[in-house]
Amino acid sequence: MSRTAVTLRVNEATATLDVDNRTSLLDLLRERLGLTGSKKGCDHGQCGACTVLLDGRRVNACLVLAVAAAGSVVTTVEGLADGDDLHPLQAAFIRHDAFQCGYCTPGQLCSAAGLLAESSPRGLTPGEIREQLSGNLCRCGAYVNIVKAVGAVAGAEP
Amino acid sequence: MADAVAGYGPGTMYLGGGTNLVDLMRLGVATPERLVDVSRLPLGEITEDERGGVRIGAAVRNADLAAHPVIASRYPMLARAVLAGASGQVRNMATVGGNLLQRTRCTYFQDVTMPCNKRDPGSGCPAIDGDHANLAILGHSARCVATHPSDMAVALTALDARVHVTSTSGSRVIGMPGLHRLPADDPSRDTVLEPGELITAVSLPPPLPGRSSYRKVRERASFAFALVSVAAVLDTGGGGVIRDCRLALGGVAHVPWRAFTSERAVAGVAGDRDSFAAAADAELRAAAPLTRNVYKVALARNLIIETLEELVS
Repeated sequence: MSRTAVTLRVNEATATLDVDNRTSLLDLLRERLGLTGSKKGCDHGQCGACTVLLDGRRVNACLVLAVAAAGSVVTTVEGLADGDDLHPLQAAFIRHDAFQCGYCTPGQLCSAAGLLAESSPRGLTPGEIREQLSGNLCRCGAYVNIVKAVGAVAGAEP
Repeated sequence: MADAVAGYGPGTMYLGGGTNLVDLMRLGVATPERLVDVSRLPLGEITEDERGGVRIGAAVRNADLAAHPVIASRYPMLARAVLAGASGQVRNMATVGGNLLQRTRCTYFQDVTMPCNKRDPGSGCPAIDGDHANLAILGHSARCVATHPSDMAVALTALDARVHVTSTSGSRVIGMPGLHRLPADDPSRDTVLEPGELITAVSLPPPLPGRSSYRKVRERASFAFALVSVAAVLDTGGGGVIRDCRLALGGVAHVPWRAFTSERAVAGVAGDRDSFAAAADAELRAAAPLTRNVYKVALARNLIIETLEELVS
């Protein structure tokens, strides 16, 4: 058998798709569901541009086989906002000028969202944010402001 | 579990988190005809045993291993080693079993257009005269100079971990060191596992008294493999004389390298810079660096000394 019917919950909508077993979650999201917010930067798990939340945890979608994610809940950058209300990270990225070309930004947002869910309530230092976001590359070099934006939200969290 | 191992045949590979295997498939290095996803088998628990040791299921995610209260409090060096590896995203998916079995990142192994005795036995080893600045200084052979990339495995090697495996032929336990092999004449096999054997758990004995540390030296501050790393446990009983020492090195060999010679050299002596230097020298006497990784010998020596000094101070 080389194809499988996979059912996933993506951004609060259920999708059932017949996929080639070799399909990555990233390709399923982009090619089959039209959710092109998640980017294919390296396709090898090294750049983080494909970062999504899988059952609440940040992962590189390029290295997850769609069939292995069957039954899971996926949140992409398109699912971070609540209607017209931006996610606090999205608002902070705008406020702190944390992107230039925007290509890495969806991955940065999902990775930061995952990080905030992983972290202890006391908040993160800038050094810790940098270390914990080391899986997200930014060729424009917006790192300084990315760290500021994430720090602003981390500091504001209860 | 019985179904998983019974389903094994030629062309089958077990899939954990996929963070190495899917990458190798995309590179064309791994070409399984069939994958068996073992990540959802009931192998995801960490439990304490009656002797005060711990049993870690092979499907436990790296992130969960590092964050587990028993590991963080009783085996902090293991948690530190896991957190020193990969990225947050990779640690969330990577499993303990998969981490042990990840393949070398030697650039020739990963490039299917290149000869490689590990990937294509008999084709040659271009690394020996080529890009080997981050490859082995210990235990290598004329066939292969690759290193094992895992940080977790170095910590487990220092902690005398035992690896539980099962197959249709039965179950067995393999010690660390011992799971991974030196390349010798057959670098195609990274471990002593037989085809079809599935890692089900890793168990650790009760933690040794004393302090422990994991130090990693690399070219970037994060998300990079070790040039050299050190996992160490040192017990001086509060005095200056060393009662017990466990030491393992990463980034230096085809296996996580247990530094038995160093351990014997410091047993029963006063722990100071001179004795640590002598111990490091004794271990590294066997080093046979390549043209472009001579720096690793001094780096390993300095890192051993500094790590052990940190643990007596």
